[in-house]
Amino acid sequence: MSTPTPIYLDNNATTACDPKVVEAMLPYFTEQFGNASSMHSFGNKVGVALKAARTKVQKLLGAEFDSEIVFTSCGTESDSTAILSALKAQPERKEIITTVVEHPAVLSLCEQLEKEGYTIHRLKVDNKGRLNLDDYAKVLSDKVAVVSVMWANNETGTYFPVVEMAEMANAAGVLFHTDAVQAVGKIDINLAATKIDMLSVSGHKLHAPKGIGVLYVRRAVRFRPLLRGGHQERGRRAGTENAPSIIGLGVAAELAMEAMEHERTHVKALRDKLEAGILAVVPHAFVTGNPDNRLPNTANIAFEYIEGEAILMLLNKQGIAASSGSACTSGSLEPSHVMRAMGIPYTAAHGTVRFSLSRYTTEEEIERVIAAVPPIVAQLRKLSPYWGENGPVADPEKAFDPAYA
Amino acid sequence: MWDYTEKVKEHFYNPRNTGPLEGANATGDVGSISCGDALRLMLKVDPVTEIIQDAHFQTFGCGSAIASSSALTEMVKGKTLDEAKQISNQDIADFLDGLPPEKMHCSVMGREALHAAIANYRGEEWSDDHEEGALVCKCFAVDSQMIEDTIRANKLSTVEEVTNYTKAGGGCSTCHEPIEEILTKVMAERGETFVPAGAKKAKPAVAEAAPAKLGTLARIRKIEEVIAAVRPTLLADRGDIELVDIEGKNILVNLTGACSGCQMEAATLAGIQTKMIEALGEFVRVVPAAKAQAHACASHAHGG
Repeated sequence: MSTPTPIYLDNNATTACDPKVVEAMLPYFTEQFGNASSMHSFGNKVGVALKAARTKVQKLLGAEFDSEIVFTSCGTESDSTAILSALKAQPERKEIITTVVEHPAVLSLCEQLEKEGYTIHRLKVDNKGRLNLDDYAKVLSDKVAVVSVMWANNETGTYFPVVEMAEMANAAGVLFHTDAVQAVGKIDINLAATKIDMLSVSGHKLHAPKGIGVLYVRRAVRFRPLLRGGHQERGRRAGTENAPSIIGLGVAAELAMEAMEHERTHVKALRDKLEAGILAVVPHAFVTGNPDNRLPNTANIAFEYIEGEAILMLLNKQGIAASSGSACTSGSLEPSHVMRAMGIPYTAAHGTVRFSLSRYTTEEEIERVIAAVPPIVAQLRKLSPYWGENGPVADPEKAFDPAYA
Repeated sequence: MWDYTEKVKEHFYNPRNTGPLEGANATGDVGSISCGDALRLMLKVDPVTEIIQDAHFQTFGCGSAIASSSALTEMVKGKTLDEAKQISNQDIADFLDGLPPEKMHCSVMGREALHAAIANYRGEEWSDDHEEGALVCKCFAVDSQMIEDTIRANKLSTVEEVTNYTKAGGGCSTCHEPIEEILTKVMAERGETFVPAGAKKAKPAVAEAAPAKLGTLARIRKIEEVIAAVRPTLLADRGDIELVDIEGKNILVNLTGACSGCQMEAATLAGIQTKMIEALGEFVRVVPAAKAQAHACASHAHGG
């Protein structure tokens, strides 16, 4: 049996490096290996290329100045830098506002800060993953050092109203940071027209390599670096520049802008086709998050009464790559905190599968996935104690009520 | 992707004995709250011989939960209920050529379903005897609940003690931070403050408090006395223990029968170790002889 051509639908986890990105990077490993800080021609050319890359990222983000772009090593570093900078710059402010569905890069840091004595306000979401802005307004005060809210959720793709929330924070005199790693490159962003103070980007989510990130810091926002040392990044992030990756990210930013229209129309159409195709055939399945207001590339479907890792393993056997919010895929033994925050029942939260597309996804691939999913779900439901002959057993929670340990 | 063995994958892709079982007269429904997986095991038991003629399962769970369930049904067929009861979760994992540490609870769930089904057949009430928490020590697959319970039961106050009692933290040592957090929490419950090992404090050293040091022969006799004292308890649980050797601070023993490979093996040894320390008035380790090879290598490396 020949192995089927792989289909990669896990682009919210990471993306393939665009070949044009790789091509642009290669010379900077070999002939252009210089240190941008050096006073000779080896370094000078690198310095020029870094400047060009910075301008490209500035354009992608719609930032007013290129000096607002700080290159970091990843999205997590950008998040940590932003939040810790806000705390250090305003030592009298001991509160942070965030949400219950943030990425661990923000949530774990906040948990640690809580142990150190900070107060963390975690905004709740409703069953579609939406925030209540009245709750937000209530906790905004001059005790808050920073608000950190993601632009789009990595699991469901649901947007948060960060532009509006940044306005509210600004009016209250509070710094606003957004983890935009899932949004940047997929949707138009024009930071100059917003009140967002800081924004995190991760290169490998938009077809640049791993190991490169960006922190946007609006001009005049008080800033304290995480890493001190050399004068790189105007002293805001010491450490020799990762020249090849920065240059790669510049190209990736350019390509993302070119593909934005395609993302908004074609990729979205494929995503909608995938969802409709699966839901038309598979009973007891539903889309999680807010279908009316989300990233164009993300589909998160809960398949009730079965477990996500098992679905992924069977998909993988057919060469289809996706991800799941089930406990067993995380290593943490907890189903996705995002699904739990939205009140999705255990028997469905465990069976959530995220398909995240990219500009490389083809219609033929989507058709293959639509054909592959229903038999897999049926096969696993046959094994499930919650499932009878042709549907869930009557009153499933009572019919199968195991002793839990 | 988990590092599953070929056997796990094979049992997942082609699970044996699935779906409801016609004529089943024993059913065990159990779940693992920590991961949300759940399993129904159905047995057809010959009422005269108590031999399991057939076994089926239904599982709501991940790849290894399905594979463990499938393995279990294969393992119990043809066995009497008493024989089947001897199957430990380690046996299930071994049958599958091993499970990742994060997934050992899948095999525990299998063993529990079996015990629940046997209790169901005999008209007994089955209740689960342990809780599970999040995995803390990946090297030795020790979860937070086990660490918490052990700290509470033995009034532990250092990471080193936790390692001695549960093995948690004894491998790569990267889980010392979460262990310290659990210590902080549990010690706070009994009104104490956790002091990290770095911050030195006067050690209430047991060895110094003890009277005169025992002679070699007296020491061996004491050790034998402790072993003899714990045997009846183990025998009651269909297990046993024998003294294999004494190497300095390491007391090598063999746990056999139901004790061997049982989830509670570490806790059992920890309990015996506490008794040893009390009886001898010095710190000793009670180590399974099978694993002593590794310990021996480690102590040689230290020049010991």
